[in-house]
Amino acid sequence: MYAQLVKSEGAKSREEMTPEEIAFQERIDRGEKIEPKEWMPEGYRKTLIRQIGQHAHSEIVGQLPEGNWITRAPTLERKQILLAKVQDEAGHGLYLYSAAETLGVSRDELLAALHSGKMKYSSIFNYPTLNWADIGAVGWLVDGAAIMNQVPLQRTSFGPYSRAMIRICKEESFHQRQGYDIMMKMCAGTPEQKAMAQDALNRFWYPALMMFGPSDKDSVHSAQSMAWKIKINTNDELRQKFVDQTVPQARYLGLTVPDENLTWNEDKGGHDFSEPDWSEFFEVIAGNGPCNAERLNARVKAWDDGAWFREGLMAHAGKAEARRRAAQVAAE
Amino acid sequence: MPSLPDVMTPDVERLAAQAPRGAPTASHIDPHLAGPLVEFLMRTGDNALILGHRVSQWCGHSPALEEDIALANQALDLVGQCQLWLGLAGEVEGRGRSADHLAYRRDAAAFRNVLLVELPNGDFGQTLMRQFLFDAFHIELLRALTRSADPRVAEIAAKAQKEVAYHLERSADLVIRLGDGTDESRARMQAALTYLFPYTGEMMHDDAVDRALADAGIAPLPSSLRADWDRTVREVLAEATLTHPGQTYQHGIAGQGGGKRGVHTEHLGFILAEMQFLQRAYPDATW
Repeated sequence: MYAQLVKSEGAKSREEMTPEEIAFQERIDRGEKIEPKEWMPEGYRKTLIRQIGQHAHSEIVGQLPEGNWITRAPTLERKQILLAKVQDEAGHGLYLYSAAETLGVSRDELLAALHSGKMKYSSIFNYPTLNWADIGAVGWLVDGAAIMNQVPLQRTSFGPYSRAMIRICKEESFHQRQGYDIMMKMCAGTPEQKAMAQDALNRFWYPALMMFGPSDKDSVHSAQSMAWKIKINTNDELRQKFVDQTVPQARYLGLTVPDENLTWNEDKGGHDFSEPDWSEFFEVIAGNGPCNAERLNARVKAWDDGAWFREGLMAHAGKAEARRRAAQVAAE
Repeated sequence: MPSLPDVMTPDVERLAAQAPRGAPTASHIDPHLAGPLVEFLMRTGDNALILGHRVSQWCGHSPALEEDIALANQALDLVGQCQLWLGLAGEVEGRGRSADHLAYRRDAAAFRNVLLVELPNGDFGQTLMRQFLFDAFHIELLRALTRSADPRVAEIAAKAQKEVAYHLERSADLVIRLGDGTDESRARMQAALTYLFPYTGEMMHDDAVDRALADAGIAPLPSSLRADWDRTVREVLAEATLTHPGQTYQHGIAGQGGGKRGVHTEHLGFILAEMQFLQRAYPDATW
């Protein structure tokens, strides 16, 4: 999830495929996992690097809006839970960068692409966390939307990505529950707390819907990714599922979903709802969201300020290795 | 590195379950010792809370992803320890104050942490050096507290000791590697040491509270930990090729200052303003 608008290579018809490509597609169709050292089409490799890289970037940038409240968490227990959660996000970043590395790209190369703006991260993290209920809303809605996308990705065709997803999904479901737990506490609290919860839902509802990416009719990259089982469901399918799951949860909290057109449609067995403002989505992707500059600057600053630290460790490793060799020579 | 948060370890539940049973309750404590014990528990708990706060400020901003993970883990350990120490402080005090109440509703003058832990993060080298100088003390304190005459103190120390042994292993290792790294990393670590060293003496300075608890066998005299602290620091600095600052002026001991007495640096007020904001702004809310 956290991968939106991932550019896929153009889909090929069976007649256009080489024998190798046909054999590869057949393996995927049989549900076999593709492992890093096995042959794969260049387009498959490139698309996966983009998608896994964007997902990894989203995890590490995603530390920032939640980290924004660690020092202000209202109880010691909430502080510990939030710390554990943000630590999990960093851990997810680590698995995903490792999964991407099996495709022949280094973490440093991926980070350089993030820092230069060449690679993106999920649009959702360009929205600010303004009150404590936002931490609840991020867990409930943002992690909830992420799970919607990541549960099917446990069955994705690339082995390392699939295995990373299985581990990540376990933690994400804990994250979502802790978010909802904050929301329940806020909604059962003082009028000010309830107002914070409603305010958080109002601000995060549409950005959460945007996380699934543009409508299928406008989504140009899906066909090949779906054939390769890099993408399992369409954007609209997942968005519908998310809305249907979330609306009763909002009702249980006594909160109002900020959509006048939201109604239950008996015929389709799901809700009708308003589309998010896609022009806002494309502006956020283009760098014009409320926090794009802060988020990217924070990551670039962390990297640049830490250069001496990383260089120091490398230099020490070099010295230690040289000493080890010298000792070996002396012993011989 | 312990990879799971301590929020839900069986240890914590066991400690909580045991507290009301075999352990002496507030009423069993010599009334003359209750005051010093509460004071000591706040010192130990506040050190963990304030250092945990400082460390947590790096979340998402550190020089490498592995460091983000390690620091979040360490902050988690420290906040968890603070919850146990302050919980016990509130219990011994017997005025119905919970760990949260003590953390979120006291003003700076009622905080008892040493000055070292509230000093700014500075660059990553300063954060690591502060951690190392504190960890080297913290481990000796906890080791001694596992032999405390008060079983509740000993139990908490036994749990915390495991975590802090890892903190020290990590901070000492990084001080060595960065001291003996590039010219720049060495210069930064030396500058951090020069700045922080004058704040280390307070940790091992005895006062009346310490003497009362040492006489009762509840806690060690801080000065009795100095030799081991000093040995660890000298060994690590030597391997890091850093210069020991030698005898320097020590803050927080003479004069009116000192975190253990509640006279802090200007930094603590800002830490608390941020940390306590929600509890202060919405005093009737539960979270």
